[in-house]
Order: sequence, then structure tokens, then C-alpha cells
Amino acid sequence: MTSLLHRSAIVPLLFAGFAAVPFVATAIEQPFWISFFARILIYAIAASALNLALGYGGLVSFGHALFMGLGSYAVALPAFHGIASGWVHLALCIIASSLIALGVGAISLRTSGMAFIMITLAFAQMGYFLLVSLKQYGGDDGLPVAATSQFGSVDLGSTRPLYATALVVLALVTWWMAKLRAAPFGMALRGARQNARRINAIGLEARRLRLVAFVISGAICGMSGLLLANLNAFASPSSLAWTVSGELIVMVVLGGIGTVAGPVIGALVFLGLEEVLKGLTEHWMVIFGPLIVVMALVGRRGIVGLIDLWPRAPRAAAPAVLSEGGA
Amino acid sequence: MNRTTLRASALAATLATSAFAQATTIGLMAPLSGPQALVGQDQVDGFMLAVEQLGGKLGGQATSILKEDDQLKPEVGQQIVRKLIDKDKVDAIVGLSFSNVLMGSLPRLAESGVVAIATNAGPSPIAGAQCKANVFSMAWQNDGAAEAMGKFAQDRGIKRLYLMAPNYQAGKDMLAGFKRFYKGEVVDEVYTQVNQPDYSAEIAQLQSAKPDAVFVFYPGGMGINFVKQMSQAGLGGKLPLYSVFTVDGTTLPSLGETAAGAISAAMYDASLDTPENRKFVTAFEAKYKRTPSLYAAAGFDAANVLDLGLRKAGGDPKKLAAGVKAAGGEFKSVRGPFQFGTNNMPVQNYYAFETVRVGGKVATKQIGTPLAAHADSYAALCKLP
Amino acid sequence: MSISLLLIQLLNGLQYGVLLFLLAAGLTLVFGIMSFVNLAHGSLYMVGAYAAALTYGATGSFVLAVLAAMGAALLVGVVLELTIVSRLYRRDHLDHVLATFGLVMFFNELVRLVWGPQPLFVQVPEVLAGTVQLFGFNYPSYRFAIIAVGLLVAVGSYGLIHKTRVGMLIRAGAQNPQLVGALGVNIRLLNAMLFGVGAMLAGLAGAMAGPLLSVQSGMGEPVLITTLVVIVIGGIGSVNGALYAALIVGVVDTLGRVLLPLVLRQVAERSVADAAGPALASMLVYLLMAVVLALRPQGLFPARRG
Repeated sequence: MTSLLHRSAIVPLLFAGFAAVPFVATAIEQPFWISFFARILIYAIAASALNLALGYGGLVSFGHALFMGLGSYAVALPAFHGIASGWVHLALCIIASSLIALGVGAISLRTSGMAFIMITLAFAQMGYFLLVSLKQYGGDDGLPVAATSQFGSVDLGSTRPLYATALVVLALVTWWMAKLRAAPFGMALRGARQNARRINAIGLEARRLRLVAFVISGAICGMSGLLLANLNAFASPSSLAWTVSGELIVMVVLGGIGTVAGPVIGALVFLGLEEVLKGLTEHWMVIFGPLIVVMALVGRRGIVGLIDLWPRAPRAAAPAVLSEGGA
Repeated sequence: MNRTTLRASALAATLATSAFAQATTIGLMAPLSGPQALVGQDQVDGFMLAVEQLGGKLGGQATSILKEDDQLKPEVGQQIVRKLIDKDKVDAIVGLSFSNVLMGSLPRLAESGVVAIATNAGPSPIAGAQCKANVFSMAWQNDGAAEAMGKFAQDRGIKRLYLMAPNYQAGKDMLAGFKRFYKGEVVDEVYTQVNQPDYSAEIAQLQSAKPDAVFVFYPGGMGINFVKQMSQAGLGGKLPLYSVFTVDGTTLPSLGETAAGAISAAMYDASLDTPENRKFVTAFEAKYKRTPSLYAAAGFDAANVLDLGLRKAGGDPKKLAAGVKAAGGEFKSVRGPFQFGTNNMPVQNYYAFETVRVGGKVATKQIGTPLAAHADSYAALCKLP
Repeated sequence: MSISLLLIQLLNGLQYGVLLFLLAAGLTLVFGIMSFVNLAHGSLYMVGAYAAALTYGATGSFVLAVLAAMGAALLVGVVLELTIVSRLYRRDHLDHVLATFGLVMFFNELVRLVWGPQPLFVQVPEVLAGTVQLFGFNYPSYRFAIIAVGLLVAVGSYGLIHKTRVGMLIRAGAQNPQLVGALGVNIRLLNAMLFGVGAMLAGLAGAMAGPLLSVQSGMGEPVLITTLVVIVIGGIGSVNGALYAALIVGVVDTLGRVLLPLVLRQVAERSVADAAGPALASMLVYLLMAVVLALRPQGLFPARRG
């Protein structure tokens, strides 16, 4: 039971740490760290969103960067036309990402396996090329956000309110994902991942469950894009690049696919490691690449899985085969 | 990032000049990876050569230089600029990559007031209505070289011209600048994808249009691909090629014979015959074993102008922008006459060069100065004093 | 747009398609038979291009350069297969994606580390440096050579797969690996060989592309994505499908890039049309794939399964 205690301690610890960041950063007069960690929080939200589709749903989506990009442009486009209201940005963001996730999901879920990976990639690429072609909205160069999202007196363009908002959103998403595991929808979804035929046999439609999960996943991912656009005051088609989708997948798997804390840890470690390695050498990818390969070879329980194993380490036995993603 | 910290001299300087001892920190941001890595590397090398010649000091102070790779991506550039300003607390940022990266970082630069010296761009918005007192270009205003090429083509009496450029701000600026001075017939104006590798389709179209000459702007790897493919299509030497930033010091080694006969315009080439330049070229070739390009020259000049600007500011960050501006007119550039215009854009000569066969190789040779002491056309829109 | 220009653009499209086929052939076999998602295929292409560029620079012989490219790619491919890839066959596609994603990062950076970020210059071999008069245009002989090589490979691979014993084993291994193993065939060796051959073809594509395009770090990724699209449209596991799909994609992309801006210029300003044109043409290819997947998920020319 010690491992369970370990695990349930992770999330509160993480969030306590995140909450402390602005105060510590101010104390040491390095406000840079607030925006650095804000970025981590934003990617943690995106990774959590992906985790819903990938970890819970078993859908290997190689196109989630599409939704992040949509969220960013949901801020940049209205701002370009002078609309600064955060509510408008948010509404546009949720509506756009949900609708597009619905479309993408409906078509993609007709396929599976390799074809599913490819078609989600294709949709992200289509989004990328569409945005590149919109010259009046910056095209290749990206679009500076003329007016950041205003929610009443709160301006998300300012680093501290942004950080606070991102933290709250991540907390809510994480809490919801935790609740979802035991909720009917979550159980059915995870059941569909393990054996769709069985789920269908008991009267639930696996495909419909997955579509719902995909849409919600897309909407949450879109929100992370909205926050990102406010952080950078910039929206760019390159945020829809397939490499971004790939990085999100790495974050989810690195942290622990299908777990609650996994995406958050994954984002933290991935971006943190990237920063540390960059400081060591400009050729950090030569180290990072093989690390990812090793991670893939070693097994997919990720960091949360490692934490789980910790109390059992002295036994030095090969871990028992747990169900995928860690129950 | 690669921290070139000259710790020994910094420490010595700190002990020696106790009262004012504060090492200067400069951020040097350039595209060090990707298809334009040559351009970025040349700027960095030019800058570092100057710093070395100044004994590792800028403005008389020991200086630490933080080199960053923006990968030619605006959002990476933004993050780097933010880091340099907020975390590393640099005194100035040099380089700033290509126009799109510069534009992406502009809000943060303007807001912070940190002096920024671009060594590879001068987009028209910054030259005009969005000019900032602390943002300078040490290279050119984007239209400049193209304007010179346009004037040269006009003076040569070319009747029908075909224009090509990649589709981003600088590409549009180049073609607009060219047309400002070229008054003949523009057969067609074609914008291709940035970093597009294969131009077979466009070259076929070019052939079918049968112009008298073609003017292109394809920096870095794009230029190498385009010129090579043009030569493979049998057009090399047959269809006069006018260009800016396409056949230059960074691409000539890769292009070799395929570039023979090409005419280009720029504010600098290693073949320029001024005393400062001869010294610079000799030093650069000795240290880096290659000929400097205009990007290296911009980096080199940026270091020198920054050095003088820092001395003028006397340690007061608020005075640095004015110091740099004044320094522009006083320091000795390798490219000839130089000063900053009211909008912080260069006022300088633009020369025309031809690539000729010499022995078994190719070299550039200056064939004219179409525009002398040329200011850009956007200065009037800028409200700086 | 005259007819002769259109025909030239068609030829350009075919040439691009042939290059895609060289990459797609190996990739589709690896996907189809070992069910392995190999994102590092673009890196093998890059390895081939670098090997060719360096060999050509050192020896001046293009033939040697091409052989070196194929050899280097084969070597790297086999090493990867034996050390990493073979351990992942039984795993999920997700693991394949992750591992090969990491390999892509590694190879790109390694190449940059060793040879620097500057593109390498590869000259077109003298004998192919001329042009051919075609429809009133000068068409580069070299591009003809690419088309020839590609068609040779197509014919060769058809012969290999349908007319030889090895080919029979490959087809059998695709349908039932355990049974083939039970017949005494070393399925592990077969898989390694197959992966190696795919890598070799990618290396060949890299060598052929060298004189046309920049040989530099990261050159594999843009081509890789298009190659993945090709094999999905063609049908995973089908070399015939890869050929037809590659030609279709090559022609659609090239003609699209050329025709769409012309069409758009009627309704929009030039630089807008010239931006939207190629972007929409690229979208066209993905749209095509999405439609194919939605209507016929097994691809247009799927490998026949017993």
C-alpha cells in the first residue's frame, strides 16, 4: 500500500511546487522563471488533454498540435480585428476546437492503428498549410497578438495573472481526470481501449465513447493554445508542426501514460530537461534523442511507473505485467 | 546555449576597476541550425572576431557573450529574447536573425528598451511607422540592395524582367524595392514557399515566359538550390541572373561554377577595396579559413559600433541607444561610408558585383555603385527625432 | 499556361513521384510486413545523401557515390534493426513512433555535430549535366536519369517480390510470420534483410536527390511526411500501390503548386495568391489522403491478403 500513498502524494506535491514558483521567483528577482514555468503548465494542460485521448482512450493522435494552434489563433485573429475580450476568445477557442475535433474525430475514428496515426497527422498538416496560406494573418511569419485576452480586470497578457490562470486550469483538468478514472464514462472508455468488442457487446458504443473523449480532449488542448498565445503574445503556424504533436506524445508517455500525474510530470521533465541540456551543449538533441529511444525500449510506464516501483526496488524482481497505462 | 564567458579577464577587470566593475553581457542571437545556418554562423563569427580584436572587451569592459540559436523560428526567437532580457539581464542584443524572427520579438524589445542591433534584417515596418529608438539595423533596410539592383538593371536598359522571391516579409520587401527603381516591364512576379527545395516547376515557367533577365531573392540554402537547378536547366549563363542575397559569400563556395555570370547587389562583398576591409578580410580568412560574407561584415561592424556606443554611454543603460546612434556615424565600417538614419536604418552605399571565372574558380568583382549614401524610403513614416 | 509547359510540369511531377517511390517502397514493406512505424526512414535518406556527397567529393565518381550511399544506408539500417527495431515489433505503434521520433532527433543533431549546419554541395555528374530538348524546353538530363532509375527499381522490385523465392517468402511472411518460421525460415533474418533493403532504397533516393536539393541536417523530414502519405494512399504493404500513389501524389502536388496560384490570381492579390497556392496544393495531397482513408481505409491498391 505504500506505493499507493506515494502516488497520491505526487499531485499535491507538484501543485504545491507550482504554486510556490511566483513567490520564489520574485524573491530571487528572476521573473523569467514565472514565464518559464507558465510554459510548462500550458504544455502540461495540452499533455493532459492528449492523455485523455491517448492514455484513457488508446487513440494515438499525431495531430493534437492542431488544437493548440487553433486555440492560439482563437486569440490572435479576434485581437487582430481589435477584439480584446477574453470571453470572446474563450468562446471562439472552445467552439472551434470542439467542432474541429468532432470533424477530425468522426473521420479518423473510421480507421484504426497506423491509418489513425496518419490521418490525425494529416489533419494537423492541413491546418498548418491553411494557416500558412493566410497571408493577411501573417502566414508563415505568424501573427502577433495585438490585444491579449481581457477577463474583466484580469489581463492574461501579463505574466502573473497568466500563471495563476494556467495553474487553476491545470488543477481543474487534473482533478477532473482523476475523477474520470472511476466514473462510468472513464471506465467505459478505458474498457474500450482494452477491448472494444467487449464494450460493444455489453451495449456501449466504443466508437461513440472515443469520439466524445476526442472532442473533449481537443477542447482542453485548445484552451492550452489560448493560454500559450497570451504568454507569447504571438500565434504561429509552426505551433502546428508534427514535431509538436510528437513532443506532446513523448511528454505523456514519459510521465506515465494513462495516469493522472503523468502528463504533468512529463511536461515538467521534458521541458526542464530540454532547458538543462541546452545549457550544457548546443547539441543537446544528440543526448535527448537516444533518451527518448531508451524510454520507448524500456517500457511505457513512465516516471509514475518508476515511482510506483520504488518501494519494491530491493526485491529486484522484474515488475509484474500490469495492465497498460497503470490501473 | 554556449556561454563564451571570458571569466579570467572579467575577474581581473572587476578587481582592477572596483567602483564601476560590472561585466557587460551581450546576447547574440542567430539562426545556427537549419537551411540558413551559414548566414547565422557568419554573423556570429564576424562579431566574435571584432570582440577578439578588441581584447575581449566591448566599451572597454570585460564582456560575456551569450550565443543563442533561434532556429529561424519566431516563437523560439521570442523565448530567447525574453530569456536574455528577463533572466540574463543583457545590456544589448545583437543579431536577431531574419525579418520574421525580429518582428516576432519586437513587442518585447520595444517594451524593455534594451538596445537591439539587427545584423541581418531591416523590415519596412521597423523602418517606418513602427520604428523604435532602441532597435537598430546594422545590416540594411530590406529594400536597399534590391533598389540598387533595380537601378542597375534600369541603367543597363533591360526591357523585360521576371521576378521571384520566397513568400515572407523580406521577399515582398525585396521585390517592392526592386520595382521602385526598375521601370521596365515586369513579365511576372512569383512568390515561392519559404525553404522550398525544388524549383523545377517554377524554372519551367520561367523558361516559357522568355524574359530578358531574371531577378531573384533566395537567401541561404534556397539560393544554392535555385541557382544550381537553373544551371541544370541549361539557363546558367544564357539567362542573365540578377539577385540580392542569393549569390554571396556564404553560397559561393557551394555554387562554384554554376554562379558564373551572376550579378548581385549588396552593401558589402569581400572584394571591396577599402583599407578597413582588406584588414578585416585578411583577419577573417586567417581565423576561420573562409572568405567573409556580407553577414560576417554586418556582425563585425555591429561589434565595433556597439563598442563605441557603450563608451559613449559611459555605463548608463539609458544612454546606450543614443550612444549607438551617434557611434554609427563615427566608427569606421568595412563597407565604406556609414551612418544611422533618423529611423535607425543604415544610410550606406550599395554596390553591384559580378561573379566571374578566375583561373579555375569563381570570384566576385565590383562593377559599380548604383546607390551611394542611400537612405531608405520609409524614413519619413518614422516619428523618431 | 501552354500545353508544352503543362507537359513539362507533368514530367516534373513524375520525377518527384519517382523520388517518392524510392522512399515509399522500402517504407511500405516495413509497415506492411513487420507492422513497424518507421519515422526514421527520412534519416536513412539523409544518411544516403551525406554518404553520396562525401564520397563524390572525395572520389569524383558518381557511381561510387551512389554505391556508398546505398551501402551506408544499408549498414545503418541493419544496425538499427538488430539493436532497436527488432525489439519493438511486438509492441504498440506508439512505441514505434516514440523510438523512431527519438532516432530522428538523434540523427539530425549527429549530422549537424559532425559536418556542421552548412548544406553540402553535390555536383551533377558531367555526363548528365546537359539538357534535353523537349516540347521546346530544355529539360535537365539529370531529372530524366532519376525517372529512369526509379522505373528500374520499380521493375526490379516487382520482379523480386513476384518472381523470386525470396519474394515469395516476403509475401508469405506478410501474411503469416509464425507459419513461415515454422517452415524453417529464419524470420528474424528475413526481417532484418527487409529492413535493410528498405533502408538501401532510401539511401539511393538520398544519393539521387543530392545534386538537386540541399544536403543538410533535417532534409529527411519534409520528404518523410509526404512518403507516409504516399504509402497510406497506395495501401500499406503494397509496392505496386506505392508506385502508383507516389506518381499520383507527385503529379498532383507539382501541378497543384503551379496551377492553383494561377487560378487564385484571378480572385486575389499576387502575393496572397502565391502564398495560398502552394499551401493549398500541399493541403490537396492531405485532403486526398483523408478522402482515401475515409472511403477505402486499406488504400487504393492494397496488397492482396489471403
